[in-house]
Amino acid sequence: MKGVRFWGTRGSLPVALTARDVRAKLLGALRAARGRPLASESDLESILASLPFAATGTYGGHSSCVQIDTGGPEFVVCDMGSGLRPFGQAATAERNGIAQTFHIFLSHLHWDHIMGLPFFVPAFIPGNRVVIYGSHAGLEAALRRQQDKPSFPVDFSIFGAKLEFVHLEPGRTREVAGLAVTSMLQRHAGDSYGYRFESSGKAIVYSTDSEHPLAHAEHAERFVGFFRDADLVIFDGMYSLADAISVKADWGHSSNIVGVELCQMAGARHLCLFHHEPVFDDAAIDAVLGETRRLEEITRTSRPLHVSAAFDGMEIAL
Amino acid sequence: MHLQIATRHVADAVIAAPAGRIDHRSAAEFETALTPLVAAAAAAKSALVLDFSAVEYISSVGLRVLMIAAKKMREREAPLLVAAPQSVVAEIFAISRFDRILTVTATLDEAMALCSPAALAQHRGAGSSEAS
Repeated sequence: MKGVRFWGTRGSLPVALTARDVRAKLLGALRAARGRPLASESDLESILASLPFAATGTYGGHSSCVQIDTGGPEFVVCDMGSGLRPFGQAATAERNGIAQTFHIFLSHLHWDHIMGLPFFVPAFIPGNRVVIYGSHAGLEAALRRQQDKPSFPVDFSIFGAKLEFVHLEPGRTREVAGLAVTSMLQRHAGDSYGYRFESSGKAIVYSTDSEHPLAHAEHAERFVGFFRDADLVIFDGMYSLADAISVKADWGHSSNIVGVELCQMAGARHLCLFHHEPVFDDAAIDAVLGETRRLEEITRTSRPLHVSAAFDGMEIAL
Repeated sequence: MHLQIATRHVADAVIAAPAGRIDHRSAAEFETALTPLVAAAAAAKSALVLDFSAVEYISSVGLRVLMIAAKKMREREAPLLVAAPQSVVAEIFAISRFDRILTVTATLDEAMALCSPAALAQHRGAGSSEAS
């Protein structure tokens, strides 16, 4: 297991930069360039390097889709949000006429986590194999319904690849594409499932759309065990803690604060904030990241916990 | 770790001063100690001031206890104030956005001034009655 690549990191609803957003970034860069040398490419790169990520890049707007790089020929993916479309295009580009196999693990069946399937190019290619794993009883029916008329023009009969559905029993470890995969029930409307992937002494946890009831110690213990010594925890940090336990209680999401606490208790090495609030612009996500890093710093009791915020296209090597 | 809450009445307000770490281990104890104070203050519509100057850390579970206390006080239109947090705790309030849903003051004097002129005057004088 080499690492992960994020293809979609936004929560609930895909979003896009507007012309106004792009203009604001350009203006910010031009202001930063005032009075500085501009003659060489390195001069320009130096100016860009001095700016925050939100000024020169974007966290992106695709909904949840994360590729686990197994180091092997088969693909492993978490969730089929709109980010599945660019992932499918990239995978197809490296196909070279050889049939491909995709193992896709679904956290749950809400639209933002399944909307990419109708646009997943590899599913249209005869010879390919697409195996969809999950623990929801109605998984296949939900995916078929998404493409039934009048919601979509073509149903599953359009797919040329072989589609398979595998029901996973939570807590039971299964070998898939060289990885030991274990799922766990999470608190979310209609239930969601987190996944722990292990290989060669490395562990990645994918835990999105998961609310953490703070009063229940056994709940925290269960998650601490699931996150235990993970090299990377991809965590739903959609809301502030105040929102998550007041006006947005029971909405099924968590906060950066709880992410830091669980990872610290579990001895995890890297917390990656994920499922970003769609109303947040890049600067707001930058600010949340900065605050989360500061929180980790002032509450640290043992080894440091690295904190990042996922963006579309981001790669993390283990 | 045993979490202590010392209390004292100051004019028409009550000051409660927890000490130590309010974390996953001690939050239940904090809730147990705070609940009757909140109930009494809410029933009397008195201000309850939490003097946080001796609180070293508060976790999400502890913040949840504050959220519940604030809600109960609000239902009876009785003010709840958190005063004089240490810098780490003040940062946690800001990062969690609890500073937007709780009234947090930098000093105990500021909190007492928000309670009433009598509370501020008595706090600044020597006449507060101690209890624990």
